[in-house]
This record gives sequence, structure tokens and C-alpha cells, in this order.
Amino acid sequence: MATADIHITEETHHDGHEHDHDHGSNFWTTYIFSTDHKMIAKQFLITGIFWALLGGTLSVIFRLQLGFPEAELGWLRPFLGDWITSQGKIDPEFYLALVTMHGTIMVFFVLTAGLSGTFSNFLIPLQIGARDMASGFMNMLSYWFFFVSSIIMLTSLFIETGPASGGWVIYPPLSALPQAISGSGLGMTMWLVSMALFIISTLLGGINYITTIINLRTKGMSFSKLPLTIWGFFFTAIVGLLSFPVLFSAVLLLIFDRSFGTSFYLSDIYINGEALPNQGGSPILFQHLFWFLGHPEVYIVILPAFGITSEIISTNSRKPIFGYKAMVGSLLFISLLSFVVWAHHMFVTGMNPFLGSVFMILTLIIAVPSAVKVFNYLTTLWKGNIRFTPAMLFSMGLVSFFISGGITGIFLGSAAIDIQLHDTYFVVAHFHLVMGSASFFGMVAGVYHWYPKMFGRMMDAKLGYIHFWLSFIGIYLVFFPMHYIGIAGYPRRYYSFTNFDALNSFTDLNMLVSIAAILTLSAQFIFIFNFFHSMWRGRRAPANPWESNTLEWTTPINPGHGNWPGEIPTVYRWPYDYSKPGAEKDFIPQHIPFSETLESNFEQENELIKLEGTDSKAIVIDGK
Amino acid sequence: MTSDIKIVDDAKKQLSMHPKKFGLWLFIVTVVMIFASLTSAYIVRQAEGNWFVFELPWQMWATSGIIVLSSVSMHWAYISAKRDNLESIKIAISITTILAVLFLVGQVYIWGLLVDENVFLVGNPSGSFLYILSGLHGLHIVSGVIFLLIVLNSTFKYKTHSKNLVQIEMCTTYWHFLGGLWIYLFIFLLLNH
Repeated sequence: MATADIHITEETHHDGHEHDHDHGSNFWTTYIFSTDHKMIAKQFLITGIFWALLGGTLSVIFRLQLGFPEAELGWLRPFLGDWITSQGKIDPEFYLALVTMHGTIMVFFVLTAGLSGTFSNFLIPLQIGARDMASGFMNMLSYWFFFVSSIIMLTSLFIETGPASGGWVIYPPLSALPQAISGSGLGMTMWLVSMALFIISTLLGGINYITTIINLRTKGMSFSKLPLTIWGFFFTAIVGLLSFPVLFSAVLLLIFDRSFGTSFYLSDIYINGEALPNQGGSPILFQHLFWFLGHPEVYIVILPAFGITSEIISTNSRKPIFGYKAMVGSLLFISLLSFVVWAHHMFVTGMNPFLGSVFMILTLIIAVPSAVKVFNYLTTLWKGNIRFTPAMLFSMGLVSFFISGGITGIFLGSAAIDIQLHDTYFVVAHFHLVMGSASFFGMVAGVYHWYPKMFGRMMDAKLGYIHFWLSFIGIYLVFFPMHYIGIAGYPRRYYSFTNFDALNSFTDLNMLVSIAAILTLSAQFIFIFNFFHSMWRGRRAPANPWESNTLEWTTPINPGHGNWPGEIPTVYRWPYDYSKPGAEKDFIPQHIPFSETLESNFEQENELIKLEGTDSKAIVIDGK
Repeated sequence: MTSDIKIVDDAKKQLSMHPKKFGLWLFIVTVVMIFASLTSAYIVRQAEGNWFVFELPWQMWATSGIIVLSSVSMHWAYISAKRDNLESIKIAISITTILAVLFLVGQVYIWGLLVDENVFLVGNPSGSFLYILSGLHGLHIVSGVIFLLIVLNSTFKYKTHSKNLVQIEMCTTYWHFLGGLWIYLFIFLLLNH
């Protein structure tokens, strides 16, 4: 027995040893096929930024059509070729492709891979005190699956029949039949292949994140001492692990319907008077499978942003986060509820009204943990010694979007009102605020906050402020008017409204929205400039620029392979000891033992000193 | 002093698990979700009517028996590894691999029988589902066979023994899971076909 134990310790030691040194690194192993979590995080971030720009540009192109239906768009021909008709208009089918690709890119490639991929990879090992992810190889694989999936999705934009055009929700039969729309041909096939690879990438990443958080925490880093960022990533990974396989099933059956002639989703379809051979399928089945992923997906998008902003708001308010346990509890509760509300996307599919009210009640319950989060954000800010860094402004922007977008969720969650509002611009406004803009702001906040750790330099704060105000005002100008347009009954995904007498008003409002969209997109170039310029020309970052408590700031300014040159610090306290009464400074990092802060300890913390000891092996156990 | 160290050890043991084994369990969770969603799709679709009913070939009992036997031999391999019985690990893993391949051959043979019964992949979803479920499970069995071959290779190099159990433990877990998954699918199909 004893021999076995020694054997195991030898093995772990060997692992640690390997990570301590940069062994024979060249350009390829350092920047391309890197297994280092920090480099993989940067790869995800840069790819995510590329996708965000592309997705944003697509949205501006279709906003041009909606805001200026009479405009001559011939000048876009060099970029879009024959997708601009000879009259200088956007081809109606291409309009649908634009909407579809904008949704797909933003939801999956930017806010799932770009957000979780970047910050889970970057922060999990650094904040829990680990040398790297549980499996660096799997982590690398996760990025490269994502990369190949990106290449396929990008290529589909340039094929002759156009990319997938059935909406990002790819409902069959529209997405299953090439006869329905040209995008459902090769474009849809590429969409499906790309998404299958994307799912593999997400699962590889998710398995790694969960394993790392559970198994590789440093001494003393009990679950109750984890920063909220890690809690956010943890629940995100679990939700992803449970819901993405279901999307895989849905996609698999759709692939069989499209390419092998099965009839899972198809039945009784006539094209030009001729019946298709497919009999016995159910398109509603697809919607059930899709939304079983699709709804958790919106939490996969927002939970990491919640984690990031909790950390940033607490740090920059110089106050402990209000209700740490309530914050963790609400994350957990939201994650659980996310799996039992999917049918609120399907109120108008003719479902049993009783079933509809069950889903309605479950949906409305989500307002409770969401309100807990908002309350805790506001109470953390309340009477805080607020430092308005760009990251802080973006975090507060998230709270604002989450409130204004969340309230409309209550309307949409009610089955009766949803019948009127379903598939209108009201829905578009709702989810762009609460999920799109909010998690986008969380992501940008994270970049501003952890940029010094990523690149060893500071981003320019003044440009950050300009970026914030233009984005914040721009986003509200885009999405607030959409509520009115939606209540007036304007359906989403329509190419043009001027052809219908009933929908011939609001052209001025649509124009305003489009101008604001262009403004918002332009503002992002300030960020891009700031991001790349600061990488080489930015002010050199101090070790702990935001005077933050978490472990990543105890590493060298440019952490190498293995993160900490010596031993990994031991953790003694929770990460939110800001402005503790009696303390010398207004922050006490997690690795400072209670024995060094006698002036600010509470009584129960003095008790814990006994457990600390001088031996480096001793830790503080989370006392009951 | 000593008591401090004890506390450390206790705390660590409670919380951590071998990362690779843990990762395998998480992978199993994703596979469970795939099949849970497919079987619930099956039930939802069946409830809508227009469902072609056919008899499952009795040979399915045989392939199910084979996979149960392979689980038994896999467990024999694991116990042998634990007791450092190097020769019987080789035999047991070889038997498991052969049974696994036999299972796959049997499944493909059953597809042929279904075609004779006029149950096709293309047609009523009741047949399509059967092909998808058994085919997807078969793909996982293929991944299991690859894993078995890796373990087989290391047993022939005498690398699998009581002090190096991680690989064979993971393989055993995965193989039992795949067996259990087929038994679940088989019972599910018996009850709902």
C-alpha cells in the first residue's frame, strides 16, 4: 500500500516538474499548437474578436436594408458581388442568410466560444492556483476543433448557393429542403458540419473546465473561497455539458433527414403540387430538441459574464460582494431552471395550454434568482468607494442591460402576451439587451480588466471611456425603439415592410435604429485599435493594477508556463476582503494568512490562525 | 504539528479525484445526454401516432448476451490486474476485445435481418430510430474497441499491473457503461417498439 502511494506522488511531482520549464519551445509550439492555457485563451479571444467584427458587420448590412429600403447599395457590390441585385438592392434570400449567420456567429462563435473559451481558459488555472488545465492536450484540441468549425462556417459564406438561411434556430422543414431556399443546400450542410465540430470543441473544453475546477485547486481553495468568476464558469460548463449533446442529437437527425432521406422531421410536404416521399415526421420534435439546448444556451452565454462582472464590481467598489452565497445560489438556481423552461419558445406551436402555463410559471420563476443578482450588484455598488475604470463601466452597463432587458422577459414569458409578441421585434429587442448586449459587455469588461495579466500592459483608459459611452448609448438607441416596433406587430426576419400598408409606418424609427447600429459598430473599432495598439505600446502594467485579491495577481507580470515560478500560493481567505475594518490597506489578497492581519481579523478568524501553522503543508480548513 | 498535516490529507482526499478518470465520467455524462434526448424524442414521436410496429429480431437477445459476457471478462481483466495476475489480464482483455468485435458483427447482421423484415433506415421513423440508436451506440463501441486495443497493447508490454491501474480502470468503467447503455437501449426498444 505504502509503495503505491509513493508511486502516485512521484507521478504528480513529475507532472509539476514538466510544467515548470519551457521545454524546447519554438514559434509553432508557443503560438500555434500551444497547450498552455493562457495562449489558448488568447487564441480564443482573437478568433472571437474576428467573429464579433464579422457578425456585427453582417448586422449593419441588413440594418441598411431595414433602415433605408430605398437606398442604392451598388457600392457594396465589390464585397457582396451578385448578392446585390441589379437594382442595387440586397437579394431577399441573402437578407435571410445575413440574419441567420449574424445569429449563429454571435450566439455560438462569439458569446460561447469567444467568451467561455477565453475567460474559462485564462482565469480558471490562474484563479484557483493551478499550473495549467487538467489536460492541456484536450484544451488545444478544443481550440482546433473550434478553429476548423470556424473555417467551415466562414467558407459557407462564400459559396454560390449562399450560407444557411433558415434562421439560427434552423427549423425544419425550411432548413431540411434545398427546394425551400437556396441556403438550405450546401450552405446548410456546412452549417451542420461546422456545428457538430463546434459541439465537440465545447464539450472538450467543458470537461476540462469542470475537471480542473474540482480537482486542481490549490491548498486551502475550498469551494466557499472560490471567486465568483470560477463559479460562473463552473455552472456554464455543466450546463453546456448537459445541453450541447442534445443539440448534437437534433443536428444528427436533421443530417439524416437531409442527406439520407429519413423522415424524423418531415411529413406531408408538397412542392409545386408534388408530394415528397417523407412521411411520419414531426417538425415540432425538432423544436423540442433544439430548445432543450437553445434555452440553456442563453445562460451559457450570460453566466460567465455574471461571474466576470461580480468580480469586477466588487473589486472596483472596494467592497465585499454583497451576498456571496446568494450569488452562488442564484447561479445554481438559474442553471437548474434553464433546463425546464424550453417550451416558452414554443407557446404558439399549438401546445396544450395547460402545459403552456406550467412552462410559463417555471419561466417566471427565473425572475427570482435574476432579481437576486441585480439586487446584489446594486447593494455591492451602494456606498462603495467606486473606481470608474473602463471595466467597471462595462460591468455596470451589463447590470443596466440586464435590468431593462430582463423586465421585458416577464412579458414574453407570459403565454397570453407572447401570442401577440411572438416573433416580433419585441423579442429581438428583449434578447439582444438581456443576453446579447449584456454578455457582450461582460466580455469586454473582462478584456479591459484582465488585459494587464494577458499582455503585461495596460489598455488606454480614455479610449476605453469613449468606447463605453458610444457603445452604451448606441446599444440603447438600437434596441429601445425596437420594443415599440415590436408592440406595433412588426415581425422579425422580414426583408421589407414598405410593401405592406399595415406595416408602412415607423420608417423614421427604423432609420434611427440603423444609424445607431452603424455608430455602435464603428465604436468597436476604437476598442480594436486600443486592444492591438496597447499590446505593443501600452503602459507597462504593475503587478496588481486594480488592487485585486484573487490569485492571478500574485503571479509574475508576464506569467510563464506553469504560472508561478516557485510554489503555488496557499489560500487562507475568501476573495472579497475589500475595505475590511481595521486593515492597513483596503484589500487583503487571498494568500495572506490571518496571522498576518491580526488588526482586522474577526473573532472566528483568529480561531483559524491555529490551523495555519508555519509548515507549508498546513492549510486552513473551511471551519464549521 | 502532526495533527495539522492530517487535516490537510483528509481535506485533499475528499475533494480530488484522478483528473482523467473524472474527465471520463464527464464524457459519459455527455453520451448519456445524447441517448436520453434520442430516446425521449422516440417517445414523443411515438405518441403522435402513425407508428410502424415490427418485431425485434430474436438475435438481439444474443448480441445483448455477448455484451454482458464481455463486461464480465472485462471485470475479470480488471481484477487480474489488481492481483498482478499478468497472464490472465492478457487472456481476459483479448476475450473482451473479441466479444466486442463479435457484438459489432452481430449488430450489423441484425441490420440485415431488419432489412429482410422490410424495416429500412428510410421510411417510418420507428425503423429510422432503431438504426440511429444502434448505429450511434455501435460507433461508441468502436471507440471502446480502440480503447481496448490500447489497453491490450500495454498489457502485452506488461505495463498494466496493480501499481498502474488508471488505464485499465478507465477502460473498465467505459466498457461497463457501454454495455449498460446497450442493455438500456434494448429494454427500451423491447418496451416501446
